[in-house]
Amino acid sequence: MIRIENLNKTYKTIQALKDVNLEVNKGELFAFLGPNGAGKTTTIRILTGLTRLSSGTVSLNGFDVGNRSVESRRQCGLVPQSINLDRELSVFENLTIHGKLFRMDRQERNKRIDELLDYVEMGDRKETLVKNLSGGLKRRLMIARALLHSPSILFLDEPTVGLDAAIRRKIWALIRKIQQHGTTIFLTTHYIEEAEFLADRVAFLDKGSIVIVDTPRALMNRMGTWALDRLKEDDMETLYFNDRKEVNDYIAAHKDSFTLRRVNLEDAFLALTGKKVK
Amino acid sequence: MIYGASAVYYRELLILRRRLTRLIPSWCVSPLLYLIAFGFAMGKHVTLDGHTYMEFLLPGLIAMTSMTQAFAISSEINIARFYWNIFEEIQAAPVSDISYVAGEVLAGMTRAFLAILVVLVLGLLFGVVLSLNPWFWLAILLNSFLFASLAVGIAMLVKSHADQSLMTSFVITPMAFLGGTFFPLENFPVWAQKIIYFLPLTHASTAIRTAAFGNRPSFVSLMILAVGGTLLFCISVWCVKKAKD
Ligand SMILES: Nc1ncnc2c1ncn2[C@@H]1O[C@H](COP(=O)(O)OP(=O)(O)OP(=O)(O)O)[C@@H](O)[C@H]1O
Ligand SMILES: [Mg+2]
Repeated sequence: MIRIENLNKTYKTIQALKDVNLEVNKGELFAFLGPNGAGKTTTIRILTGLTRLSSGTVSLNGFDVGNRSVESRRQCGLVPQSINLDRELSVFENLTIHGKLFRMDRQERNKRIDELLDYVEMGDRKETLVKNLSGGLKRRLMIARALLHSPSILFLDEPTVGLDAAIRRKIWALIRKIQQHGTTIFLTTHYIEEAEFLADRVAFLDKGSIVIVDTPRALMNRMGTWALDRLKEDDMETLYFNDRKEVNDYIAAHKDSFTLRRVNLEDAFLALTGKKVK
Repeated sequence: MIYGASAVYYRELLILRRRLTRLIPSWCVSPLLYLIAFGFAMGKHVTLDGHTYMEFLLPGLIAMTSMTQAFAISSEINIARFYWNIFEEIQAAPVSDISYVAGEVLAGMTRAFLAILVVLVLGLLFGVVLSLNPWFWLAILLNSFLFASLAVGIAMLVKSHADQSLMTSFVITPMAFLGGTFFPLENFPVWAQKIIYFLPLTHASTAIRTAAFGNRPSFVSLMILAVGGTLLFCISVWCVKKAKD
């Protein structure tokens, strides 16, 4: 379980996080959604003990993170936003180093490496040098590495950024599979459809403050069921309706051309923040 | 502490092993140039304290090599930190700052040790045989410990890779030329000797040279290296703590 209370973070002059309060339950898949510079990475770095917080308290499964305790670091696995593998070393060597950093003994480590490489479908890549892996495989290796020491909480910072649609879906399936094994997952993304597809709950973060926290379903229900897009001269206007009959009546009464679709999380996000993500 | 340090050390060893075929030739280049340029140029006519210049030069080159190679981990740490973000991976693991420093320092010392073996072999090719007694190895050990500790601290302080090479040209290169590598200290003016006395490399090269000629190095020089190294090690641990934003 992750608990964040009155968290503030200031880098010299920039206030990156303002009074963030949040609780993520055990086994939950929680998505942190926000535009560039919102403070998503900063939050993850604080939770994993990489960055000092300015004020507030943060704990993982009851272990305080503030004093960089060894226990709190054992609780979590981290897949950072930028690739941080040893390029010159092989897949197996990268995993071995991680296992040693987390004090796993040889037997346990080697067994777990084989298991996880199968799990992320990279069993045949054990001896490949990391620099020869594609972007998607590097991500998968980073996920396998973060899971090696069996953490109870997994942090994923923009796990699918820069990957093509097919690979992205593969990673989504993998993330789902990890959650089904009981791991709590905290992921950040600026792809709204990623949060909508994966998350049990989402938080919208904007300029360091949490705007709202809820389930994707509840957020979308606030808007209605149907969305009607109408192209205006230089912008697009969207109208929301609860049932199909209202929509039909509205279209019948107007001559413009419309596009009808179901409400999605982006509609909720736009309404809440008055701007687009990305 | 042992576990964390050995994991950090293990990683550096794997990388070192991968690069060994490229590193060994690079370790040969500058000692070889100095041996050819200075050693042959001075010839057999110049003798210093009853030794040929070549015999005088080789221990100096060994002191210099142990310094530059131990210090070289500084830029390795930097590349890993700024380009590859590996530092994060270690910071997120349950590894204490002191273990991290210990692992990296040990890696720097290993690198220095391997490079010295290469220089010794080169020396043999030039017909220089030194006395490889325990005092000789102790002086090398202390010297590489000191510069590897300095390297980790500096790697944490600099803000970019460009700053890193600046450090090398301001600290390491002058030390290599002034620290008793190429000329006996007595040849410098007295005021310069006073300054040079404070360079750790001076003590290393005198100690290594004395030992290599079969004598016992001065206790003061060894102590200065040991105390200086320990001090720098502690400062490095503090720098790692400070390196987080
Ligand atoms: N080390 C740092 N020093 C100073 N300012 C920083 C540092 N790291 C982040 N910031 C600032 O803090 C704010 C939040 O950055 P953060 O990286 O957490 O955003 P993000 O939501 O992860 O953005 P992105 O989607 O681009 O990854 C930004 O204004 C950023 O410039
Ligand atoms: Mg980010």
